Amino acid sequence: MEFLVASAVGTMTAGGVYLLLRLRTFPVILGLALLSYAVNVFIFSSGRLAIDMSPILSKYGEASYTDPLPQALVLTAIVISFGMTAVLVMVSLGAFLEADTDSIDIDQTETDESAAK
Amino acid sequence: MNTSDNVLILIALLPFIGALVPGLMIRAGRNACASFTAVPTAIALILLLTFAPAVLDGQVIQAEVKWLPQLGLSASFFLDGLGLLFACMILGVGLLITLYARFYLSGDDPVGQFYTYLLLFQGAMLGIVLSDNILLLLVFWELTSLSSFLLIGYWKHLPEGRQGARMALTVTGAGGLAMIGGMLILGNIAGSYNLTDILQAGDAIRASEWYLPALILILLGAFTKSAQFPFHFWLPHAMAAPTPVSAYLHSATMVKAGVFLMARMWPVLSGTDAWFYIVATTGLVTMVLGALIALFKDDLKALLAFSTVSHLGLLTMLLGFGTEAAAVAAVFHIINHLTFKAALFMTAGIIDHEAHTRDIKRLGGLRHLMPITFFIGTVAALSMAGIPLFNGFLSKEMMLEEASHTYWAGSAYAVPALATIGALLSVAYSFRFISHVFFGPVRDDYPSKPHDPPFGLWASPALLVILVILIGVMPFLADGIVAAAASAVTGADLDPHLKIWHGVTPALFMSIIAIVGGAILLAMHAPLDRAWIKAPRPEAKAIFDSLIAAIVGMTQRFTASTHNGAISRYLAIFTVSSVVLGAIAFMGGGLSEPTRGMLPVPSVIAVGWIMLVVATVSVVTMHHHRFRSLVLIGIIGLTISAGFVYMSAPDLALTQISVETVTIMLLLLALHFLPKETPKESPFGLKVRDGIIAIAAGAGVGGLAFAFMQRDISTISSYHVENSYEGGGGTNVVNVILVDFRGYDTHGEIIVLGIAGLLIYALMQALLEGPAARRLRNADYAQDRSKDRHPLMMVVVTRVLMPIALMVGIYIFLRGHNQPGGGFVAGLVVAIALLMQYMASGFAWTQDRQRIEYHTLIGFGVIIAGVTGAGAWVFGAPFLTSSYTYVHLPPIEEFELATAMLFDLGVFLTVLGAVMLMLYSLSRIARYAGTTVNVDPMDYDPASRVEDTPEAR
Repeated sequence: MEFLVASAVGTMTAGGVYLLLRLRTFPVILGLALLSYAVNVFIFSSGRLAIDMSPILSKYGEASYTDPLPQALVLTAIVISFGMTAVLVMVSLGAFLEADTDSIDIDQTETDESAAK
Repeated sequence: MNTSDNVLILIALLPFIGALVPGLMIRAGRNACASFTAVPTAIALILLLTFAPAVLDGQVIQAEVKWLPQLGLSASFFLDGLGLLFACMILGVGLLITLYARFYLSGDDPVGQFYTYLLLFQGAMLGIVLSDNILLLLVFWELTSLSSFLLIGYWKHLPEGRQGARMALTVTGAGGLAMIGGMLILGNIAGSYNLTDILQAGDAIRASEWYLPALILILLGAFTKSAQFPFHFWLPHAMAAPTPVSAYLHSATMVKAGVFLMARMWPVLSGTDAWFYIVATTGLVTMVLGALIALFKDDLKALLAFSTVSHLGLLTMLLGFGTEAAAVAAVFHIINHLTFKAALFMTAGIIDHEAHTRDIKRLGGLRHLMPITFFIGTVAALSMAGIPLFNGFLSKEMMLEEASHTYWAGSAYAVPALATIGALLSVAYSFRFISHVFFGPVRDDYPSKPHDPPFGLWASPALLVILVILIGVMPFLADGIVAAAASAVTGADLDPHLKIWHGVTPALFMSIIAIVGGAILLAMHAPLDRAWIKAPRPEAKAIFDSLIAAIVGMTQRFTASTHNGAISRYLAIFTVSSVVLGAIAFMGGGLSEPTRGMLPVPSVIAVGWIMLVVATVSVVTMHHHRFRSLVLIGIIGLTISAGFVYMSAPDLALTQISVETVTIMLLLLALHFLPKETPKESPFGLKVRDGIIAIAAGAGVGGLAFAFMQRDISTISSYHVENSYEGGGGTNVVNVILVDFRGYDTHGEIIVLGIAGLLIYALMQALLEGPAARRLRNADYAQDRSKDRHPLMMVVVTRVLMPIALMVGIYIFLRGHNQPGGGFVAGLVVAIALLMQYMASGFAWTQDRQRIEYHTLIGFGVIIAGVTGAGAWVFGAPFLTSSYTYVHLPPIEEFELATAMLFDLGVFLTVLGAVMLMLYSLSRIARYAGTTVNVDPMDYDPASRVEDTPEAR
């Protein structure tokens, strides 16, 4: 089980990083989404894996629970990463509409010319 | 802490508090600004003087405000003899300058600004001399550099002012940086950042192998600040400042900060060969060189600036000698130099103010036109020359006396001879100041006919020359303060007796040589001046400018080659360095034996894993087809939420699945306006490179996760589990952590989310008013628009679903404290319910029915959460302390009411508002994209109505 989670995290990280290094905005957004999945699961797994031990206190006497702290951290991280993705989407959309290209690298010759002006 | 401690802190704070006032009443005129500057200064001075008897008695007053005692960071102040002397100088001269500047500055200058800067500077200076903590001292030290930058560049319209300010900031700032290093070393050796502790650790510091680096770094700071050779060049250029600034900063206070520091550190750093040779030699060279250049300067202020450089050199040299008698002389000369030099600067300012020039070659004969100024200037200049019966004579005699028996590298003559030459040059330029400005015939070509200024302008220098004469004739008046300050410098109990006549000593002969030689030199000034002008000599400003240009050029080339706009390259560099750093860190420590067994893998989980991995690989390989990759991303997200369910994280699963939905909606909306395909433009080599980077990063992260999942840790989590019910009143530990244990974090997070929502709204607003709106209007999106935009079935289903979805949202919200759910998930669920209406029934129709703006929701959410937290204050508990009770209403079962739920309501509202605002902003684009907006529900595309169904009309 641990190996599956770790390898899934590794695969998603690798995919995220690869997409992050692409030259257009949309793959970069996808890459960031993949990377945030990976990071969320990574942080979650730092509480160690547990089956059938939800951190909901039992009314029926003693029970063991999984580590709730990483879960609380990841919960907000999921929501915040959505917010950040949305900002990124908006910025790249704005850039595309303004510049008519969704390339993320600034063309050096172009900036030199505008600087010269 | 007793009252006297508080008073000391108050003294240190007063200038900063006072600095607020003149800046605020910038329109109130010069009198009001000057008065409000004088008041805090005067109060601080009076409070300071109440300590004077105790301090002169040898006591040390201390005060401390603890901040981070673990790191040795605390705001601690102390007042000893040296501090008292400097604080009196800073505040006393500050008062005089305030008065002088009131009459010096014209009504057109922004006077409020000037006085604010002046008080800021005064506070920073006072902080340096009162700090007990060297880190605090460093902060004030940098603050003097910054505030003097503002003061030197006060006349913003003068390019010399701006350049001079920049040069001063560069030089003193660079020295300050070096000093930070030196001070940290010192603190490390002594094991404390408190000056009083460091001063006790002198032997340990001098014995340490880090002594020399620390000494050099600290001296760099002191030398740059006190304009010692070869850093002396900034001071003359700083003379572009208004004269009150020059008189205050460049004679009395800031340039003395370096001297102060050397005096402060004297017990710790002095007494070694390194100290003697570095400090005394630098001081000696600076003294002679400064005096030589001063003799040939025609600008009155430049002359005085180089004379200041020379006198600072003298002080540095005295401190460098490392003997107690030399320290006494240095302390005494600090007082004397302050009195005559500030008076001289003010005199130069008066002449400039009245004659509209400070060029010596255009002046002369002012004795008849400005008798009062003549008297003040002459007395001060004679003191500077070291003529008997003026105070400059006394300390100069003491300096020559010390120099006369100092050996330098085995030579008994080097120091006395050079010191005499320095004194001789000093006599020459002082006499030149008197004779070339005041004597000679009255001219008729002054730029403006000079006459004596109003009383307000000459009152301050007059007071100073009274001191010059008083101390000069009755030196025992200064006995007390000199004794106290010198004792503080040396750490010994000194009791010097200052007197005029020391008998026939070598110093007397040296003085006579200096005075006679100086007079002769002045008589030969004209031919010497011509020779000086012809002689080639290095121009410090040109060297400095070319040095700066070279550094700027170098950094520009470096930036241009690394920061070239290729963002994907930065990301590659960033990823590679992260991986490398991680690998290095991993190499450093070993890996312990695994302590946890692995959990079994049921086959359904294996299937989920395969789905996830295949989907991830497919996203990467198919990312050129954007819609397809979006679908695959959705699969990954859903698999992860299923995984959360299996691995005991129901809250995460709920959140993940609802966030997944809105994320996909968001990306779909954005994709409508973006290209649908990604062009294949990466060359093969780039793909291979990125692939290698990606696999390295993935292997690192995966390996790390695998490693730690097999090992146990000790965490603080058990505390949360144990206290969740008793302390937070909830059985869902995750939710209790969010709204209670770590409520402060959550509050911050919802604020971030709210800001993100507002940011998107603002971005969209700016976008729709720019050229993008035009492009949108002209773009043709007709082909990917559905003919049936609002299908009947969908509209009906979403309408029916709406109340059910809301119900689910409320249910999830209410049970959140005890069962999986809570504000975050509920907010997302309700947002999805509302978004379905937008999708099914159309933007305009839904918008028409919106009652509350989404911004308002965000605002209310943050406020409710904040007020709930602050409510705890009313009951005397810390921020965000929650309380709860159980209520039993007959028809309903017993239920719980907790303040944490109110907090969760804030979370709910913010999440709802932010998510809605984000998607709403994006869909607003559609209005600009040439779409005809329907207001009626269940409409189909109005654009296609005419051509598709002509018979329907």
